[in-house]
Amino acid sequence: MPKKRDDAYQEYIKGLWRDNPVFVQVLGMCPMLAVTNSAVNALAMGGATFFVLVASSFLVSSLKNWIPKQVRISTYIIIIATFVTVTDFTLQAMAPVIHKELGAFIPLIVANCMILGRQEAFAAKNTVRLAVIDALGMASGFFLALFVLGSVREVLGDGAFLGMSLFGPNFEPWIIMILPPGGFLTLGLILLFFNWLKERKDRLVDRLDGMEAEGL
Amino acid sequence: MNELIWIFVSALLINNFVLAYFLGLCPFLGVSGRLQTSFRLGLATIFVMLITALCSWFLNTYILVHAPYLRLISFIVVIASTVQFIEMVIKKLSPGLFRALGIFLPLITTNCAILGLAIFATNRGYGFVEGMIYALGAGLGFTLALVLMAGLREETEMAEVPRLIKGTAMNLIIAGILSMAFTGFAGLFSAA
Repeated sequence: MPKKRDDAYQEYIKGLWRDNPVFVQVLGMCPMLAVTNSAVNALAMGGATFFVLVASSFLVSSLKNWIPKQVRISTYIIIIATFVTVTDFTLQAMAPVIHKELGAFIPLIVANCMILGRQEAFAAKNTVRLAVIDALGMASGFFLALFVLGSVREVLGDGAFLGMSLFGPNFEPWIIMILPPGGFLTLGLILLFFNWLKERKDRLVDRLDGMEAEGL
Repeated sequence: MNELIWIFVSALLINNFVLAYFLGLCPFLGVSGRLQTSFRLGLATIFVMLITALCSWFLNTYILVHAPYLRLISFIVVIASTVQFIEMVIKKLSPGLFRALGIFLPLITTNCAILGLAIFATNRGYGFVEGMIYALGAGLGFTLALVLMAGLREETEMAEVPRLIKGTAMNLIIAGILSMAFTGFAGLFSAA
């Protein structure tokens, strides 16, 4: 059924672009800003969050009929915390260097409001299939945002990308970009850019509407 | 004693939870519209932090030594129940404040600053007194950042800024400048 595939596609693309959790909804900022001082850290964080979000959406949407309404938030949190614990130990065993670099921010995925928000707003009300697709979309959007922010900060603050030097030894790095203030400033400027894109699109739509009205 | 003062000042200013560790950003950007509301949310957060520090110390010392993999789950359960309790108290005592805080009151549960506090304190092996001082410093630091931000935002409300930058983009840039100012505290204890 093409109609159904279309729905799934819409749910996916919604998380990736139109309702991007970071750039549009401004959720899940804490881990986002803290670990994006280099592109590699951003990738690791994005991967970990990806797994936790998809797995918890799957479990919450399959269990939704058994979870009592009054304790639903606590239940979601415990489900999320379980998956985060799994991720934490897996990373510690498989990639100790990255685990050390990210430090306390892996356990802090539990407190990522984006993940809890998806459970409450989507997974608890939809079928397993749609919930997983929605989670995939949101997680990809988060991953993309982390990667963009991490790359910008690493290129400006370190003159490197994924650890490779880009500009040679004469480049004077903007230390401020890998320090905490740089995170705020970069994200602020990216949001500004998104506002600008939206404004431009709105104006274009307005103009098209005007032309259509004249034509009629 | 010196050690304790250092822990306190470090959590309050040098390693401010919001501006240096990026913890608790959701309420920092969400509730910082009004000075009074943000101050009260800060107080509620300090209270939750102190209780969390107490419980996490207790859990760490007596229970989690036997089952370290339950750390995350037990911390989050403690935080969630404390927040639930505070929610009921505030609802009873001050319905106005309850409405003003709205969704951000239950969201203290997912305030990474509180979970972060418990995790950092555990990682650094703080004892009971150190843990409580650390919690107090972190909570006051969070409140300080929130109140500063709310004050700035109230001022900019009347200012004429380009329409494009209004909202979150501007708040983030303000936060960036605040954070830059706080990096100045880094030299405060360099001699010690």
